[in-house]
Amino acid sequence: MADIHLDSAVLAVLQDIMGDEYAVLLETFLADSEERLRLLRQAEMTADAQSLRLAAHSFKGSCSNMGALLLAGLCKELEDIGQRQALPEAPVLLEQIEREFAIVRILFKSELQRYRA
Amino acid sequence: MPARLTVLIAEDNAADRMLLSTIVSRQGHRTLTASNGLEAVALFEQERPQLVLMDALMPLMDGFEAARRIKQMAGEELVPIIFLTSLTEGEALVRCLEAGGDDFLAKPYNRVILEAKINAMDRLRRLQDTVLQQRDLIAKHNEHLLSEQRVAKAVFDKVAHSGCLDSPSIRYLQSPYAVFNGDLLLAAFKPSGGMHVLLGDFTGHGLPAAIGAMPVAEVFYGMTAKGHSLTEILREINAKLKRILPVGVFCCATLLNISFQRRLVEVWNGGLPDGYLQRAGTSTRTPLVSRHLPLGVLTPAAFNDQCEFYPLELGDRIFLLSDGVLEACNSQGELFGEARLLEVFANNHEPAQLFVEIQQALTRFRGELHDDVSLVEISLLDEGIPSRPPLVFADSGQNSPLDWSATFEFRGETLRRFNPLPFLLQLLLEVQGLRPQAGVLFTVFAELYSNALEHGVLGLDSALKCDAKGFAEYYRQRSERLANLEEGYVRFHLQIVPEPNGGRLILRIEDSGQGFDGPAILRQQLGIDSLCGRGLALVRQLSERCTWPADGKGVSVEFSWSRGHN
Repeated sequence: MADIHLDSAVLAVLQDIMGDEYAVLLETFLADSEERLRLLRQAEMTADAQSLRLAAHSFKGSCSNMGALLLAGLCKELEDIGQRQALPEAPVLLEQIEREFAIVRILFKSELQRYRA
Repeated sequence: MPARLTVLIAEDNAADRMLLSTIVSRQGHRTLTASNGLEAVALFEQERPQLVLMDALMPLMDGFEAARRIKQMAGEELVPIIFLTSLTEGEALVRCLEAGGDDFLAKPYNRVILEAKINAMDRLRRLQDTVLQQRDLIAKHNEHLLSEQRVAKAVFDKVAHSGCLDSPSIRYLQSPYAVFNGDLLLAAFKPSGGMHVLLGDFTGHGLPAAIGAMPVAEVFYGMTAKGHSLTEILREINAKLKRILPVGVFCCATLLNISFQRRLVEVWNGGLPDGYLQRAGTSTRTPLVSRHLPLGVLTPAAFNDQCEFYPLELGDRIFLLSDGVLEACNSQGELFGEARLLEVFANNHEPAQLFVEIQQALTRFRGELHDDVSLVEISLLDEGIPSRPPLVFADSGQNSPLDWSATFEFRGETLRRFNPLPFLLQLLLEVQGLRPQAGVLFTVFAELYSNALEHGVLGLDSALKCDAKGFAEYYRQRSERLANLEEGYVRFHLQIVPEPNGGRLILRIEDSGQGFDGPAILRQQLGIDSLCGRGLALVRQLSERCTWPADGKGVSVEFSWSRGHN
């Protein structure tokens, strides 16, 4: 399950819950995630372990809600790094997170296209 | 069908907030959303939602602080807070609970679990609401009960405290609300001087225990004021309680009839702990033991009114106590008990201090004074006989009869059961001129009647009474002979004669006995101050004239009045 980029079963449930608001939810997630990533980079640059941990925690939560399971798992690892104050390990993981988000972003965009079609 | 609630959602993550708000709305609730703790607190204050979903980690003010403030604002009302968290460390979960959180919801959100949790919290919320309503209701009922008790107490105080508990010869310890513990203490002067005392203890507590106290007080005061004897009062109280009280409710009681002038106490104890007659100047104590069932248990036919008689000396003290004294409990659950009480008596050196010493021993034993203890001491004081207030009459006495005579003869069986004195005195007190002397009349009538009955009709020898043992024997014989009385009579000749400036009562009392040498008895009684009493001496002292017909079969006494004195 950890290698699933985007869980289609979760998407089906979300669409059922949100109805007409489904597209707005996906767009909101994407916009919010850009902001989380910015906060993560900033925390890494300023070597602020606590901010890193909080931002990773929050990002992890919404990823899990949206079915981005691999991304949620990576955020969990980054949260642990913040917790352990192991900042040297952060840049590598942050890069992985950015790559994974790029994939998730594409998947969500295509889901939006499918939904609007 | 679950109620529609207003739910506050505080979550900084826009997507999560939107998702959660949609889920909760779809479940039929109204939602309010906030993106940080400050907003959440402001929204709560403004909208008063019934339930809060709160993210733990938020900017500006985190969920812990917001939860604390919301709980404070909610006060007694339960506003459940469900923390939204994927926090997994125990420490963080503990922080949520300490901040007032009631439950957790983990991410990713699950609709079914969320719905179940909201419903469970709603049940809890309603339960708390019900508890608060019932608490307020109970408080209201309790207040109502207390106000009823205040009214009942005010009425009862009017009835019960019309007596002479404030007399210098009485000391007592009793809570003002004792009547609601079923405790009852009454004392009244008899018209002939002397005093009736009743210490009672009803079964039960609260109003049911208090309710029986009213009729007891009414009968006790009413009949004492009319000059009825202790046994008549006992019979009447017992019959009345038996009639009105439910089965299982009764009154343990000790009644005393104290004659200060005749130095005599008559005791009836039904179910109360032993009272004590503490002799002056010695450590001798006579226990006043319960020999009867409590009042209100037996039918009038089965009721036993037999009293015990004890001579009194100056300085003697009588102690009566309720079982609250013996059953006083300390923190270890031990009872005070009779042994500890007797120890207080045994260690006493100054009799006047006994009452205080018993009180102190109780307080020491329990650590504090409770309100379920009744203790009374009646002492035969050196200061002389306690004075009674003058009798009060309802009518003006304007139509007072002034010229008449009447003769009454009370025979065998009547003498056994009936006390004619209240009846005769009621009649005489129609004469206004005699009213100021009512007390003296009662005393003289009581003395002459008991002479006629005991020595004349029953043939008892007062010489018996010269020691304590003979004293008891005298009263044993009296009750035995009275119970078997078939013949004999006591006659009262009453004569009211008008005089130029007032009037005169001439009373002659005769009996069926052998007759006696009045002047000789008088000489004997004046010569000694002993257990024999000073009945005739007293009569002679109180009446204006006191003469003995030559045949010895009676006594004649006279009382006069002049209008100027009325």
